[in-house]
Amino acid sequence: MAWKDLLVERRSKETLNSLLFFSLALLFVFQFALDADRERLSAVLPGLLWLAFILSGMLGLGRVFLVERENDCWEGLLLAPGDKSAIYLGKLAGSLALMFVVEAMVLALFALFFNVDLAPVLPPLIMVIALGTVGFAAMGTLFAALTAQARARELLFPVLLLPVLVPVLLGTVKATEAVLLHEPLAEVAHWLKLLVAADVIYVVAGLLTFDFILEG
Amino acid sequence: MVAEPLIRVRGLVRVFGATRVLDGVDLDVAAGEAVALLGPNGAGKTTLLKIVATLLRPTRGTATVAGHDCAREAEAVRPLIGVVAHGVQLYEDLTARENLKFWATLSGLPADADTLSQALADVDLERHAEARVRTFSAGMKRRLALARVGLARPRVLLLDEPFAALDARARKWLEARLEGFKAGGGALVMATHSFGRELGVADRLAILAGGRIALDTPRGALGPDDVQRLYVAHTEEGS
Repeated sequence: MAWKDLLVERRSKETLNSLLFFSLALLFVFQFALDADRERLSAVLPGLLWLAFILSGMLGLGRVFLVERENDCWEGLLLAPGDKSAIYLGKLAGSLALMFVVEAMVLALFALFFNVDLAPVLPPLIMVIALGTVGFAAMGTLFAALTAQARARELLFPVLLLPVLVPVLLGTVKATEAVLLHEPLAEVAHWLKLLVAADVIYVVAGLLTFDFILEG
Repeated sequence: MVAEPLIRVRGLVRVFGATRVLDGVDLDVAAGEAVALLGPNGAGKTTLLKIVATLLRPTRGTATVAGHDCAREAEAVRPLIGVVAHGVQLYEDLTARENLKFWATLSGLPADADTLSQALADVDLERHAEARVRTFSAGMKRRLALARVGLARPRVLLLDEPFAALDARARKWLEARLEGFKAGGGALVMATHSFGRELGVADRLAILAGGRIALDTPRGALGPDDVQRLYVAHTEEGS
C-alpha cells in the first residue's frame, strides 16, 4: 500500500508540489509579519514551525484516500480478503513518508527564511518532530478514511481532527520550544512521555477501528 | 441430491430513505450458470449486485454465496467472488503490471513476474504491461479489470455492464472468456441494458422491475427481438 501510494505520488507529484508551494507561501507570510522583531520571533518560532507542519500536513493527509475514490478503488480495498489493518498501516507509512519529506523542506526553509542555525539542535529536534508526526499522521490517516466518502470532507476533516490532536500539539510545541532554547530534553520529559503515549494510543486506535471505518 | 445454488437470494429488500429499491427479490444461480439481469435504470440491478458482492447490507432478506451469508460472513464470501462494476478499480498512475501486482499482493495472491505476465497475456495486454493505465482506452481498462479479478480465480463473477465500451473484437473475446468461466463451474451474474448478442452468454434472463424479479426464464432460443418484447411487457417502460 505504501509502495503504491508513494509511486502514484512520485508520478503525479500533485500533493508534494501543492504542499511545497503552500509551505513557501506560509513562510513568506510569517517572514513578512515578523521580520524586524527578532525577539518576538524566538518566542513564537516553535508555534510557527508546528503551525506550518499542521497546516501543510492537513492538506496532505486530507488527500490520502482521494486516490482510492478514482475508479472505485475504495471498493477494491473493501473486497480484498484479509486484515484491513494492514491497509491502515500501509496508508500510515505512506503518509509518514510524505509528511517527513514536507517537514524536512519546511525546516530547511525555516532556517533560511528566519536565519536560524538549527544544526546544533538537529538530533533532538528531529526526535520531537518524529514523535509529533507519528501521532498526527496516525489520527490524520484515520480521519481521512472516515471523511473520504463524505460530501463536506474538506470541512469535516479539520473539524474532527484538530480537537483530537490537542495533546500532540501541546507536547510538540512545548518540546520544540525547549529544544530551540537549548534546554536539556529532561526538562520536558513529561511532554515527551505524553507524545509517546499519544502515538501509541492513536496508532492502536487506528488499527482497531480502521476495519469498521472502511466498511462504513 | 440437488446441489445448492452457488448464489441464493431470498426475500431481499433494500430501502434508501423513502425509496424501496428492492422489494423481495428471489434469485438462484447454479454453478456453471450465467444469469443476465435486465431492467430499466434505477430498477435495482446494481444494488442487487452490490449486496451479493458484500458492498451493501440488505434491509431485509438474505443473499448467500456458496452458503455464506453476504452480510454476516463477508470475509468468507469475498475470496469467492470477482466484481467488475462501473469503476474498474485500477490506479491511473500505475502501469498495468503494477496494478495487478498491487491487487495480487493486497489479496495475498502470487504476484511473481510469470503469474502477472500470464494474466496480462490472457487479456491480450502483455504489450501494454509497462504502460500507465491513464493511457488506456475504456475497453483496455475493462480487460485489465478482468485480469485483476481473474488473478483470484473466483467461483462467482458479478459484472455490471460488462460489454460496455468494448469493440466487436473485445466483445467476442469477453464472450469466450465468460463461456470458459462457466465451463469451469463458475456462476455469473451480469447486469446489462443490452438485448444483443452479448446475451448469448446467459443461460437465464431475469428482468428486475418494481423492486422484484418480474420474469426469470431460460434464454433458450430467444433472440434479441423476443427479449425486447419480454422486457417491454414486464417493465414500466412497456406500460
